[in-house]
Amino acid sequence: MTCEHRFGLPLPGIAGWIFALALWGSALPPALAQESSPQSKGLRIAREAAARNDGFGNFTASMTMVLRNRQGQQSIRRIRFKVLEVEGGGDKSLIVFDRPRDVQGTALLTHGRLAGQDDQWLYLPALKRIKRISSSTRSSSFMGSEFSYEDMSSPEVGKYTHRYLRDEACGERVCTVTEQVPVDSKSSYSRQRVWRDTDELRVWMVHYYDRKDSHLKTLKLAGYERHLGQYWRAAEMTMENHLTGKSTVLEWADFQFRTGLSESDFSQTALRRVR
Amino acid sequence: MRLGGAVAALVLALAQPPAVRAEAYDFFGLISLQSRWYPQTAAFPGQRSHASGLVAEPSLHIESEGGVRFSLTSFVRYDSADSRRAHADMREAYLLVHGALGGNFWEFRLGVDQVFWGVAELHNLVDIVNQFDLVEHPREEAKLGQPMAHLTLSGNWGAADLLALPYHRKRTFSGPGGRLRSGRPIVEDALYESAAGERHLDFAARYANTIGPLDFGLSAFAGTNREPFFVPATPENPAADEAPPLIPHYEQIRQFGLDAQLTLGPWLGKLEAIRRNGARNRAGRERNYRAVVLGGEYTFHSVLGSTVDVALLAEWHDDSRGRQATNAWANDVFAALHMAFNDVQSTEIALGLLGDLRHDSRALSVELKRRLPGDWSLRVEAIAHLSVDPRDLHYDTRRDSFLAAHFNYNF
Repeated sequence: MTCEHRFGLPLPGIAGWIFALALWGSALPPALAQESSPQSKGLRIAREAAARNDGFGNFTASMTMVLRNRQGQQSIRRIRFKVLEVEGGGDKSLIVFDRPRDVQGTALLTHGRLAGQDDQWLYLPALKRIKRISSSTRSSSFMGSEFSYEDMSSPEVGKYTHRYLRDEACGERVCTVTEQVPVDSKSSYSRQRVWRDTDELRVWMVHYYDRKDSHLKTLKLAGYERHLGQYWRAAEMTMENHLTGKSTVLEWADFQFRTGLSESDFSQTALRRVR
Repeated sequence: MRLGGAVAALVLALAQPPAVRAEAYDFFGLISLQSRWYPQTAAFPGQRSHASGLVAEPSLHIESEGGVRFSLTSFVRYDSADSRRAHADMREAYLLVHGALGGNFWEFRLGVDQVFWGVAELHNLVDIVNQFDLVEHPREEAKLGQPMAHLTLSGNWGAADLLALPYHRKRTFSGPGGRLRSGRPIVEDALYESAAGERHLDFAARYANTIGPLDFGLSAFAGTNREPFFVPATPENPAADEAPPLIPHYEQIRQFGLDAQLTLGPWLGKLEAIRRNGARNRAGRERNYRAVVLGGEYTFHSVLGSTVDVALLAEWHDDSRGRQATNAWANDVFAALHMAFNDVQSTEIALGLLGDLRHDSRALSVELKRRLPGDWSLRVEAIAHLSVDPRDLHYDTRRDSFLAAHFNYNF
């Protein structure tokens, strides 16, 4: 068994994160009337934000990841994404690594599941090998970044209990602040605070609290653009780790929706063809 | 009639060669500076204790607007110690077209390509399409490009691969100056059971599907064996003391294979099994046999709150020919530990222990991989033969433990 050819990259979980993006960026008319309790209002905000992402069909995008350590040294990763919405089932995604060059051509295929773990296959171009991998990673770092696989998994409404906290000014906007507590006891977080603007319910900031309930990381989103008149996507996401002083910036580009992708672009045969 | 439709579509696609308006053009590859040290005195005269080398593996991909692709990957190695290890190969040179037919999909590749079948880590019994470029690494890490016509049909019923293989590639072996070789030289030529020799037309097929946590493949092969049996050459001078060189002999075989992996959370269960008819055993007799690999892998994620993932693997390899097996890992147990540090440099460490169940043979392998600045990366590897039984196939390589360092530059 060798490092590069046998085990390959442990890269589960990322696909859902694209959906996370999608969900966080949902458009919504500000129809949040009086709520009976902070819990029901929090749940309603989360549900409405999620519901608005349905029907995107498919999209492609590219992402540059800039990793910075405390000394300011930088390291770059580049990734291409293809995502297919599956009606009545888990969505499918294919990601291809372009940088760093030693993993160039490595690809990850994910068939999402509504319940339980996703199915994932990794393609290792040096051996032309497709390997089905375990997708049980949660707290592991994604490619050495400050994003963990859990941060990238789909923030399905049912994975948390929600609570509305308050409305407050955030920059030029007014944000509604909710707190979500993971239902899964294996989550690496005790809770998360989410800032969404009241106009469109786009996420602008998330605070992550670790199991000791200290404020571990802060995610900030910027540069939202609307696609197909409905689907909001952020162009920049910055995750800062307050414990290590490290940060990771994700720069998104080239969003293209409904490009004619079909199931055949998300098969193992397609994975073997990836370039 | 779906198959007929696919063939028709294929003929149409091939009859209309793609316009040269290349939409995507990609040139990339690897240059590697390598060194291997063998600390023990050589077992045979002429063998060197150190080998430096340079590898270049450039690739070119051109894709037309219509999705027709041409891929070219060549490989060149220079080796300071062994003129046979200094070699070149065309790893890939194929044209690829693909399309849809109703709810089904087809893909066709024509040219030189590589195909991987199997799920095991140490050795893949079912992986029969490509010949090994054995001179590259004693653990079969590299393959020679195989000329083929390769049709894949897929749908919600699974995927079927059909391959026609018109030319046989001979396995590569170390030359007189190289280590990791038999005491008797192996000639570069070969003998074939078939009168067509290396031009015998071989066929291979595989059906694969995924059902929930289970991925499986059923495969068949009819044609020229990839694994040679060795025939002593007739000595030119029978009075001479020297043992005559060995000539690789490739028989006609039939093989049926099964590979399966069960993925349950952090657990992976693996199975590969083959039945092969027509091959000769170590004693030179034609014997039908079966062989099995059973394995399990478990991954501990984020060990002790760190960012490190640790995977443990165990595999049991069994061959019904026992001591007459021609495969070096026929009756072995392989245990391995892999650590992925998930840091910026993607540091990885792998440890492997290989033990023979019938002979007193054991080998330890250690590998470190780490990314360096500026598109460079480092790979350090050591394989130590802790003991080699005189009856073992690998007895001639007993003094060939080595330490290797690779500085890789990707462009």
